Amino acid sequence: MKNIKKIKIKINGKTSIIQENLTLESYIKRLKVPLKKVAIELNHEIVNKNSFKKIKLKKNDRIEIVHFIGGG
Amino acid sequence: MKKDFLKIANRKFKSRLIVGTGKYKDMSECAKAVKLSGAEIVTVAVRRVNIENKNKPLLMDYLNPKKITYLPNTAGCFTSEEALRTLRLAREIGGWKLVKLEVLGDKKTLYPDMIETLKSTKVLTKEGFNVMVYCTDDPLMAKKLEDVGASAIMPLAAPIGSGLGIQNKINIRIIRSQTKLPIIVDAGLGQSSDAAIAMELGCDGVLVNTAIARAKNPYQMALAFKNSVIAGRQSYLSGRIEKTFLGKPSSPTKGII
Repeated sequence: MKNIKKIKIKINGKTSIIQENLTLESYIKRLKVPLKKVAIELNHEIVNKNSFKKIKLKKNDRIEIVHFIGGG
Repeated sequence: MKKDFLKIANRKFKSRLIVGTGKYKDMSECAKAVKLSGAEIVTVAVRRVNIENKNKPLLMDYLNPKKITYLPNTAGCFTSEEALRTLRLAREIGGWKLVKLEVLGDKKTLYPDMIETLKSTKVLTKEGFNVMVYCTDDPLMAKKLEDVGASAIMPLAAPIGSGLGIQNKINIRIIRSQTKLPIIVDAGLGQSSDAAIAMELGCDGVLVNTAIARAKNPYQMALAFKNSVIAGRQSYLSGRIEKTFLGKPSSPTKGII
């Protein structure tokens, strides 16, 4: 398990340090976010939930995870 | 009586009251008030998930989107770009196409920026959204929104959260007379009679948040709004009497002793 490179990404505006080459799918799974109730943006672009597996996170990626809350 | 539905973008609703889900003490108070209001559509906001605290209660756990129509809004957006981004994300969450667009122009009055609003309506309609548009009570703007494909016109009664009630009945009436699109008076209502007035002006529905959520007793106010919307609608459909400036006796004048 040597030489695993760590990278910095932004998740909902906050910095997070993760290992390189992690897929978006495993990262989101780790966050334990209920996938059916959220939408996800990667670098300002909406990511289709079917393509999570294929996407590998890179340095300085910006992820936004949003859901519905009470509002008028 | 004939069945009287609120029709928006080929969808039918029995209730003509739409309620917001913000400003409540907590989710359970919100859910109970929504239930009492009889509303079939609730507005919801799109915000970041709290990554640190995932145990926070979710709106969807209290209001089932399979049983009640979620109307995602763009509250807090001040540019067309922000509003478009928000609604595209809302659609991604679960396929929501019916949305409420609001692009604000001023932080103090929360008055809508109609230039940005019109621009956004055009784009969203092209992308297949059914857009209910929060707008000023300007009849010309209402017409322009209709021309670019809005699904419903939502003129303000007064500034958001002000509780002032309908400030320009004439404009609401003019907007009514020029369009067959649903008109939902949105923002600024303070008490249930304000909703009845909107309905009597011929509006198709009203949207209420603060007036219910911040009433001393939100449950009772939710019920009051429900009843007022029904009363106002019935009154409008009944065809009111002409106004006269002199008295007309209600009892026969013949046979007076």
